[in-house]
Amino acid sequence: MDETFDAIVVGAGPAGCAAAYRLAREGLQVLVVERGKFAGSKNVTGGVLYGPVMGNLIPNFWAEAPVERRISHHVITLLSEKSSLSIDYNAGDSERHNGFSILRSKFDRWFARKVEEAGGIIATGLRADDLLWQDGRVAGIVAGGDNIAGSVVIAADGVNSLLAEKAGLGVKLSPDNVNQGVKEVIKLPRETIEERFNLSGDNGTAIHFLGFCTQGVHGGGFLYTNKETISLGVVVQLKALVEHNVKGVELLEGFKAHPAVRELVKGGTTVEYSAHLVPAGGLKMVPRLYTDGLLVVGDAAALVVATGRALEGINFALESGMAAAETVKRAKGKNDFTKQTLSVYEQLLAQSFVLQDLRTFQKSAQFLENMRLYSVYPELACRLAERIFDVDGKPKKKAWQIIREEMKGKVSIWQMIRDAMSAKGAT
Amino acid sequence: MSPMTIAERLALNKYDVDAEPHIHLKAETCQKCDQSPCLYICPSECFKLREGKLSFAYEGCLECGSCRIACDKGAIEWSYPRGGFGVSFEYG
Repeated sequence: MDETFDAIVVGAGPAGCAAAYRLAREGLQVLVVERGKFAGSKNVTGGVLYGPVMGNLIPNFWAEAPVERRISHHVITLLSEKSSLSIDYNAGDSERHNGFSILRSKFDRWFARKVEEAGGIIATGLRADDLLWQDGRVAGIVAGGDNIAGSVVIAADGVNSLLAEKAGLGVKLSPDNVNQGVKEVIKLPRETIEERFNLSGDNGTAIHFLGFCTQGVHGGGFLYTNKETISLGVVVQLKALVEHNVKGVELLEGFKAHPAVRELVKGGTTVEYSAHLVPAGGLKMVPRLYTDGLLVVGDAAALVVATGRALEGINFALESGMAAAETVKRAKGKNDFTKQTLSVYEQLLAQSFVLQDLRTFQKSAQFLENMRLYSVYPELACRLAERIFDVDGKPKKKAWQIIREEMKGKVSIWQMIRDAMSAKGAT
Repeated sequence: MSPMTIAERLALNKYDVDAEPHIHLKAETCQKCDQSPCLYICPSECFKLREGKLSFAYEGCLECGSCRIACDKGAIEWSYPRGGFGVSFEYG
């Protein structure tokens, strides 16, 4: 390829496609290099796509995109070994299109088609092997034995960003700041899903689990209803797997067999098994975001926020991709792709929710190291529910007395107050 | 739903296996390693202990990268499979 692209985007996930779509719409020459056989074929989500950010890029995208269900029910479930306690929020018949369950293989393939419609080129089955350097700055990529020249490279190559590493941006992946998600997609008839989860039409449920789903180790579980499948998985800190000599798939099997989950997936057939990493260290693991001729977006830049309620990454990928596109557009206007000009990218992220949320929740990663969150508290909550709901024909005790009895030997009142205070600062 | 073996799980996925492995191990380093985090963190159980020796098969790799982060001995030379090869998710 002899021409020089205005931008070469590596990776056709949400971050890469958002950047490429916006650049192509602005009339810039953009090439997206995707190593998978098709866009989305390497991608996995353990989350919900929240609508507003995607809607800023493509208004009313849900009308044409292959979204699965509009999330109308959000449930948080605490698990003990045998029992569970849930908080169930039902948005009712609200017409808001806030969150969607999606399957990334379908969604990302659609998104890449939108990039093509806008005038971008998507080259699938092509791996970016290296960065192309010229006079100390990034000047393109090496892929499939060819040098491909670009004024700027946007690294959207995901959590294992080999390009950000090669560029020496200070990538900090370690077992204590990366979580491993293992996931099953389980097929069930559409009507069964709607009856079982009390859903009408295309409404859907998102359930986040805490406690015995990870058998007391650092992590959580998730369940999302799709149209004709259920996405079920556990997300566990890598360090915890190593320290406890436990496998993610064993936790997933245990989770699936738990009474609270077993009945929800009963009769289903597993149709896919996948695994993916999630950067979960928050602000302190974010590498340098740019250098001469290079910008890093999405998971590649560890732009994921752990709020203590969930891990949110897709919106951060989309927003950072759009900010990168805006930066490249301005750089093209000045015909200057040095890091001085590209520093606009970090300013744009600082003005948006991306760096602001990472700052707001910068204490979360540390807070989530508290093992009582995964064992003592979910267990305690379930025990309290059991004691309160069980009538045994004996004189009853007041709730506070039951709480104190159940806390005994597990957690002190002072410990609990300290944990509540750090939760206040972190979540 | 009954529990599944790893082989049954991986058989659900579509793979285009490259003749050339995308992950290489430094056998000498692995021989001396007594912790073997790779045995626990690989979701497709590509790493196995056979008669005290570590064996590795790349064919069922889900390309998550857990091994490259968890191995603190620097024994894993890791890259993505060449373009078009490896796992292809139909749902994701």
